[in-house]
Amino acid sequence: MPTYEPVIGLEIHAQLCTRTKIFCGCATDFGADPNTHICPVCLGMPGALPVLNSQAVDLALRAALALGCDVQPRSVFARKNYFYPDLPKGYQISQYAEPLALGGGIDVEVDGSSAFVRLTRIHMEEDAGKSLHEGFADSDRKTYLDFNRAGTPLIEIVSEPDMRSAAQAATFFERLCQVLVWIGVNDGNMDEGSLRCDANVSVRPVGQSTLGTKAEVKNVNSFRYLQKAIEYEIGRQIDLIEHGGRVVQETRLFDAAQGKTYSMRSKEEAHDYRYFPDPDLPTLVVAAGRLAEARAALPELPDARRARLMTQYGLPAYDADLLTQSRELADYFEATASASGLPKAASNWVMGEVLRTMKERAVPITAVPTTPTALAGLLRLVDAGTISSTVAKDVFATMYESGRSADEIVESQGLAQVSDTSALEPHVAAVLAAHPDVVEEIRAGKDRKFQFLVGQVMKASRGKADPKVVTDLLTRAIG
Amino acid sequence: MTPTPSAHPSARSIADDIRTGRRTAVEVCAASLAAIASNDPRLTAFVTVTGERALETAARIDADRARGAGLDRPLLGVPMAVKDNLCTAGVRTTAASRVLADYVPPYSATVITRLQEAGAVVIGKTNLDEFSMGSSTEHSALGATRNPWDEARTPGGSSGGSAAAVAAGMVPAALGSDTGGSIRQPAAFCGLVGLKPTYGRVSRYGLIAFASSLDQVGPMTRTAADAALVLEAIAGHDPHDATSSHEPVPSLRAALGRGVVGLRIGVPRTLLQDGVDQGILNGFDAALARWTAAGAQLVDITLPHTAHAVPVYYLIATAEASSNLSRYDGVRYGARASLTREQGLRDAYMLTRAQGFGDEVKRRIMLGTYVLSHGYYEAYYLKAQQVRTLLRRDYDDAFGLCDVVAMPTTPSPAYRLGEKTDSPLQMYLEDIFTVSANLTGLPALSAPAGLTSDGLPVGVQLMGRMFDEATLLAAAQVLED
Ligand SMILES: [Zn+2]
Repeated sequence: MPTYEPVIGLEIHAQLCTRTKIFCGCATDFGADPNTHICPVCLGMPGALPVLNSQAVDLALRAALALGCDVQPRSVFARKNYFYPDLPKGYQISQYAEPLALGGGIDVEVDGSSAFVRLTRIHMEEDAGKSLHEGFADSDRKTYLDFNRAGTPLIEIVSEPDMRSAAQAATFFERLCQVLVWIGVNDGNMDEGSLRCDANVSVRPVGQSTLGTKAEVKNVNSFRYLQKAIEYEIGRQIDLIEHGGRVVQETRLFDAAQGKTYSMRSKEEAHDYRYFPDPDLPTLVVAAGRLAEARAALPELPDARRARLMTQYGLPAYDADLLTQSRELADYFEATASASGLPKAASNWVMGEVLRTMKERAVPITAVPTTPTALAGLLRLVDAGTISSTVAKDVFATMYESGRSADEIVESQGLAQVSDTSALEPHVAAVLAAHPDVVEEIRAGKDRKFQFLVGQVMKASRGKADPKVVTDLLTRAIG
Repeated sequence: MTPTPSAHPSARSIADDIRTGRRTAVEVCAASLAAIASNDPRLTAFVTVTGERALETAARIDADRARGAGLDRPLLGVPMAVKDNLCTAGVRTTAASRVLADYVPPYSATVITRLQEAGAVVIGKTNLDEFSMGSSTEHSALGATRNPWDEARTPGGSSGGSAAAVAAGMVPAALGSDTGGSIRQPAAFCGLVGLKPTYGRVSRYGLIAFASSLDQVGPMTRTAADAALVLEAIAGHDPHDATSSHEPVPSLRAALGRGVVGLRIGVPRTLLQDGVDQGILNGFDAALARWTAAGAQLVDITLPHTAHAVPVYYLIATAEASSNLSRYDGVRYGARASLTREQGLRDAYMLTRAQGFGDEVKRRIMLGTYVLSHGYYEAYYLKAQQVRTLLRRDYDDAFGLCDVVAMPTTPSPAYRLGEKTDSPLQMYLEDIFTVSANLTGLPALSAPAGLTSDGLPVGVQLMGRMFDEATLLAAAQVLED
């Protein structure tokens, strides 16, 4: 029995975060009442004409540049002709023979080994409306249509069949999503369908250079589901071949509940889309100046920033990875680090208390009321030994709630550590007097009992004692 | 009723009369409505007459005038007919198709808005071949239009309703649309000036598309001066149409009266050797003689790729049409076939479209679908686009030698109703002189050039350089003196 190698390519549809649709002035808001963001253009009324949204082009350009693609100076919108009730004009406007950008790619790291996944192309297109087949009293007889989404700007990012495992494909999708959100092109809301992934999956015996017949798994909108769908599909195809069967080229859908893919339609009965250049839209010309502007406006990308955080702040890879999960988080960290002059402490705090609080309250970093400057104030108090890390966590919680500064809270609640030996000596004496047996045990060599005494002194000082000073005093007293 | 131009006042004189108070807009409008009431039952030029709305608009214009407002509007109070493929908010717009028989658009075409801003009173919507597909106005779901010069004959098409309405004196001016000659051929058949502007000169927003890369809206009038007046009102960039040009619109009225002294008129004699009626050739030669007498000179030119223009036109026009007409699926607007419980989505499409479209439209949708289909695209559509480029080069070369190109508008005068409906191909071949202007984007005008011995109008066509409508209008005016 041969061993099989899966071959995977992805096609990702990403909504562009524009204010208005790609060919008309309607809003792109998600979740509005059905058919409230519509007009003659996006409804395909007779005589209505598309006019390209320049902001959509800017965002698509930004994506293409961030992914290392070659932006084409001239690209052409075409019509993809097919009939479907949620497709208002009977054709979708999309770029076909001459897309906006070619090439590019991203590094994808799985289990410590990195591979470059190439992109084939990026092109712009419009989304269709939504068919509502369920949820109405007469849904057994009728399909309802909502055209709010019709004309939402999309880019389709097509990868080469460069991926060799489901995990690699899922990581690629995740990285791609991270970059698109990072550069402000996509909002990352997969639940709202603003990123959708189709996977082309085939298998072949290891060593064979020709590709096997592929199946396309459509419309997967989570990283985890993508991995599961591809894993299932690889297994299904290998199983089929092993049992003398043949993979048919077809479109399949992933049923998340069952963890299986099932056949939607076979390519044999697929449409002839009769693509031709849309005569309503002039060739999209991207002038060198516009491209240069887009390039200049591009923020530092996640990979570069990760590397810089490591060199500039001496952070370990683990920290840099976590802190660059979003641009806003990385910004927050850097602001805290520079305000405090304590990068490692800043990293620990952002990865620890800040992320934990965000998760607990389900808020994004942009909604955290504690500013980097305020957090830096807290870090300085810990660094100076004014408060312990334990007390600092409580202070952070109070800062988050009240908006007051760390200094203010420590001051008003009298939380500053006591390191004055004369203030601590009575507590030490009392503890030693109360536990003569423990003192004996320590003297007999049972060192681990020492921490018990430290704890008792801390308790007597109501947590304010500086543990270092307490340790010194105890050591000296026990001798 | 007589089609003689001099019998009816021009748009310019009507606007002047209203401006100076000799007549009121309401009087003019009422007279126009009366002419429609007495003539249109025979001619069927109109699909919809919006009398009440028109009178209201006219009354508003009179009220404005009483306050001294809006007097500078160039088409002040001029009643106008517009082809029923131009969307008019709140007024049924059918494209002469069953599929849009009850369709009321929620918005107006840019040209309609501009006409209204220029003071025109839109009085009704005129008949056409369904979706502009045809050259006789016989392929209309609402019945054929008749030619005022001879009611047994076609007024031409597809803007036949607009042509008949102007020729019969029901209105002084109308808008048509021209995809392969749909303004110029009916203008020729009805003894009018008809101008297809440069592609991009006039907004297509709200024009129900036939073939998007060829369609243009333009004026149909009795005089060149009126054509200039109307074109000036509707021309210019429109942010709603990405193919509309930013080219500034010159004062076309100023260009009138410029004459043709020194104008080099290119004549492609080889194109006129076969298949052109003697009566047409006589009218054409007479027009050339008048121009030379007025100071123009004639230049022999060749346009070698013209022989391919008609096939290329029918490949491109049908390809674009097959896609443009996909939206008539009965889902969001328009007629929808009723279904039995057993019938599904596929039936809904098939029945709606089978019932909604006429034969000529179906014929062209099928042709266009074939032209674009997998395996034929390169051989037909792409090849046609290449020939289109060669055709454009022919004209670039010609314009090195001359300033305008002259030829007859049509090979024959208006034919009898029903004469060519059985032979679509023969009807297509009638477009030989007109389609090149659409394929190249160049402006082209048809001007009256006398009558045949049977008393039927002859049209002479002039094509000009891109955006040089002014020269065409000035030359056409010379024939009127
Ligand atoms: Zn819209």
